[in-house]
Amino acid sequence: MARVSITVNGRKRSAEVETRLLLVHFLREQLNLTGTHVGCDTSQCGACTVLVDGRSAKSCTVFAVQADGAEVTTIEGLADGDRLHPLQEGFWEEHGLQCGYCTPGMIMSAVTLLHDNPAPTEQQIRDGLDGNLCRCTGYQHIVNAIQHAAASGSGR
Amino acid sequence: MIPTAFEYERATSLDDAVAKLAAAGGAGKLIAGGHSLVPLMKLRLSEPTVLIDIAHIPDFAGIREVDRKIEIGAGTTHHDVATSPLLRERCPAVADAAAVIGDPQVRNRGTLGGSLAHADPAADYPAVMLAVDADLHIKGSKGWRVVAARDFVQGVFTVDLAPDEVLARVTFAPVRTAAYAKLHQQASRFAIVGVAAALEVRGGLIASARIGLTGAASSPVRLSNVEAALGGQPASSETAAAAARFGGAGIDDLNSDIHASAEYRRAMIPVFTRRALDGALARLAG
Ligand SMILES: Cc1cc2nc3c(=O)[nH]c(=O)nc-3n(C[C@H](O)[C@H](O)[C@H](O)COP(=O)(O)OP(=O)(O)OC[C@H]3O[C@@H](n4cnc5c(N)ncnc54)[C@H](O)[C@@H]3O)c2cc1C
Ligand code: FES
Ligand code: FES
Repeated sequence: MARVSITVNGRKRSAEVETRLLLVHFLREQLNLTGTHVGCDTSQCGACTVLVDGRSAKSCTVFAVQADGAEVTTIEGLADGDRLHPLQEGFWEEHGLQCGYCTPGMIMSAVTLLHDNPAPTEQQIRDGLDGNLCRCTGYQHIVNAIQHAAASGSGR
Repeated sequence: MIPTAFEYERATSLDDAVAKLAAAGGAGKLIAGGHSLVPLMKLRLSEPTVLIDIAHIPDFAGIREVDRKIEIGAGTTHHDVATSPLLRERCPAVADAAAVIGDPQVRNRGTLGGSLAHADPAADYPAVMLAVDADLHIKGSKGWRVVAARDFVQGVFTVDLAPDEVLARVTFAPVRTAAYAKLHQQASRFAIVGVAAALEVRGGLIASARIGLTGAASSPVRLSNVEAALGGQPASSETAAAAARFGGAGIDDLNSDIHASAEYRRAMIPVFTRRALDGALARLAG
């Protein structure tokens, strides 16, 4: 067991955890932040993507103890009260999801993508989503959603 | 998929990491980005009882130029290598290789040292490290030693590192006229064939060439017959095309797996050798 203290969505959360606990399970099972999904559990699909110290990471491939002292942002941390984050707005407006399973991970990856490149081309958006799989949409509406957010100047 | 239980420790310095490894006596394992190790632990293919986290060691990451050599800390993430202004200016091929590793999330966590120590035969860095003829600086209980990249890999997932040693940094003389060309495995993004070419051009002639190959064989290798065919020739696309044809000839341990047969790899080595050479030549002007 180890004691971890991780700032999640701006709030400091301390807990006694098993060292082998994955960050995604810490978020989902201990903090009840179930917006972060587990798709593959093998580091491929990106459904578990969160921000660790401001950059996208697959939380199924990080032990919670590795994130001790870090700042983590999940999909629950994006909206500002009732005001959706521009990327959430974009997915809403452009029908960027069907079943929605991949969506939190897509959006968290897109946060880092737009942070690095506030005005990406279509190809740059597709490359930026290399680590995220969607079984429903065929990606086109996801690309449109991110373009929508970029156009609204979401680089935050 | 739950790994076996382990004790977790954070190293505060390089010496501390070495001391903790020595104290664990073979049962300890370093973790840097964790993007090779954690998947293996989840499958219980790796079951360390002590995990020593080196990601928080001060100055373990970073890229700088010292005495006309580039120095990259082992803890530097693929993302930081890919976006380094210094590398983009002085040795863009290394940044190019980092930029095509896996996907953005992998590049945000994975490190140069972790990739080299893990020695996946399909990893990207080994090809460029051969092409720039890098030196690996290693710290252990007995002190420092330096190993050339060409001597470091001993086989599949096997390198010249003792259980109490830490790879601290990599150094190399920057080469501007160098490039990396990769055939991606579409799902995992690992290299089916990856070729890095570094050329030294003087007075329009190729004075020397180093070509590194990854992905295709059981371990990364230099394409010495291509290098020989380039030496002394005009720095032109015709030279590149003629020399690239020798790519892969004489390599008898080509990989054959669900992603590609040995025959396919054999056919692709000259293609990607030529792309790497053309990419390097294209940097002559710039
Ligand atoms: C989905 C996915 C796709 C990927 N695609 C690619 C790809 O296309 N190309 C590619 O090259 N790689 C790819 N990788 C691997 C990735 O680049 C890893 O990050 C890298 O191989 C290991 O670096 P790490 O820092 O994560 O090492 P870790 O996983 O932390 O460690 C790996 C091994 O190296 C040892 N180690 C780590 N640091 C040191 C050190 N400084 N000194 C001594 N030993 C050390 C550890 O003990 C362990 O045995 C992929 C990984 C994933 C999950
Ligand atoms: S659940 Fe983490 S990458 Fe698929
Ligand atoms: S919307 Fe169903 S997986 Fe992407």
